Amino acid sequence: MSEFLYVYRGGNGDWAEQSPEQIQQVMQKWMTWMQGLAEQGHLKDRGHPLEPAGKVVSGKVVTDGPYAEKDLVGGYTLVEAKDLAQAAELSKGCPILENGGAVEIRPIMKM
Amino acid sequence: MPDPRERGRCRDSAHHEDVSDPVDHLFRRESGRILAALTRVFGFHNLELAEDVMQDALCRALEVWKHHGMPDNPSAWLMTTAKNHAVDVLRRERTARRFAPEITRLLESEWTFRPTVEAAFGAHAIQDDELRMMFSCVDPRLTEEAQVALILHILCGFSVSEISNAFLCTSAAAEKRIARAKKVLAKDTQLFELAGTGDFCTRLSAVHRALYLLFNEGYHGANTKTVVRVELCREAMRLATLLRDHSLAATPPTLALLALMCLHAARMPSRVDDSGSLSLLPDQDRSQWNRELIQEGQRLLEQAATGDVISEFHVEAAIAWCHASAPTARATNWAQIIGLYDTLLHIRPSPVIALNRANAIAQHAGPEQGLTAIHAIADRERLKTYPFYPMALGELELQCGRRGAASQHFKAALQLARNPTEQRFMQERLDACAV
Repeated sequence: MSEFLYVYRGGNGDWAEQSPEQIQQVMQKWMTWMQGLAEQGHLKDRGHPLEPAGKVVSGKVVTDGPYAEKDLVGGYTLVEAKDLAQAAELSKGCPILENGGAVEIRPIMKM
Repeated sequence: MPDPRERGRCRDSAHHEDVSDPVDHLFRRESGRILAALTRVFGFHNLELAEDVMQDALCRALEVWKHHGMPDNPSAWLMTTAKNHAVDVLRRERTARRFAPEITRLLESEWTFRPTVEAAFGAHAIQDDELRMMFSCVDPRLTEEAQVALILHILCGFSVSEISNAFLCTSAAAEKRIARAKKVLAKDTQLFELAGTGDFCTRLSAVHRALYLLFNEGYHGANTKTVVRVELCREAMRLATLLRDHSLAATPPTLALLALMCLHAARMPSRVDDSGSLSLLPDQDRSQWNRELIQEGQRLLEQAATGDVISEFHVEAAIAWCHASAPTARATNWAQIIGLYDTLLHIRPSPVIALNRANAIAQHAGPEQGLTAIHAIADRERLKTYPFYPMALGELELQCGRRGAASQHFKAALQLARNPTEQRFMQERLDACAV
């Protein structure tokens, strides 16, 4: 088994327009998907969501977020899979894809 | 911290549906509680700010819970998140903004700031806040339609598009109605004060009326989607349960209203048959009726039988009880029902009630008597656009064997049908005349 990092990008949509019921439905989809990964033994670390605001340090320059909405990293998760192809396949059920977001899948480099 | 028992209590009468749903419309329910608590602190004129803070708490829950799953006490988690955000807002804007007058001075000093906010978000305060919000929404300056829409929007977390969907109006119309209502209420800085004054009694009646309309929209409304209808009924029952659980609001009419809702909701599963067609009372499969709700309704109706006021809800609940307790349509105590309709007409004269009374007379004394009763309805002109008026005429004419007259009435009913379910129903009756 190899490890892969799922980096969740974008897909935040306009939550201000969504009703509580709709927000809950999205949340439940996520929980179902995560639980599915866990039950199949693919979930190494649930990871964390990230605050949207932050700092970017580049050379000697420090700038504030926010960053471009579409590329904004919203969180990450560590999964276990046979290979990159399987890791990519597993990510297809991620609810972020229904909201115009993307999952970036990066193999963890082996020692 | 919110009291978790509170939600459990609501569940006993309002949660017979959706038992498979583990989270049980949690966000929708909590949004109303959070918004009520925030509005009390911020003041009604800052409703929009309160809505932003509430929305933010739900979005935070979405982000955190999708990774870590739901916390043990999700309601408390949401409320604490909203409270923390509210503290930030209050600190940041206390010089620039006016908040609720009852707490403004307490927010000026650090000594009183925290205790004031903590008290405002205590379980007991929040339960009161939801009621106060409900009473605020039935402001006499608003039409009944606007009051109902506002209750759905603020206390039940329905978005504008969900409301327009429920009431089959355009989004623009719903948006306008809600925006206008909010503007009227924003003139007040405080939520309605719960005290046993005359004003309280007037508002309580208005709340009853609004919840009754909300329930009716779910039960008889034009929307064809069963899920939507069940949701409206459930929300009306949840809010009526809040009234029942408050010492001042738990009056006999409140209990009678909740009894009425239980007894009607018990019959809900059988109103639309397996093929999605409307099924009238005599044809319903009574084994599908929810016994628990019928018992709950009966218990409430017994509790409501105190004091010297008989409200329309008492009488309607009693009628519903006659139906719910009868083993078959034929074995129903129609004479008692006719008597109850007489009482109801006395309290609230209405041609629709008179039509229902005529139908009961037809069941009791035969179709000719029923027709006579319909023709005797004084203001039956007002039933001109009500599809069940020509339908009732057609049904009784058909029972008298006058197919020609019956089909004329069913044709008229078909013209008036408000949705595909009603259309199909009327068409079936029309076809029955030809056989």
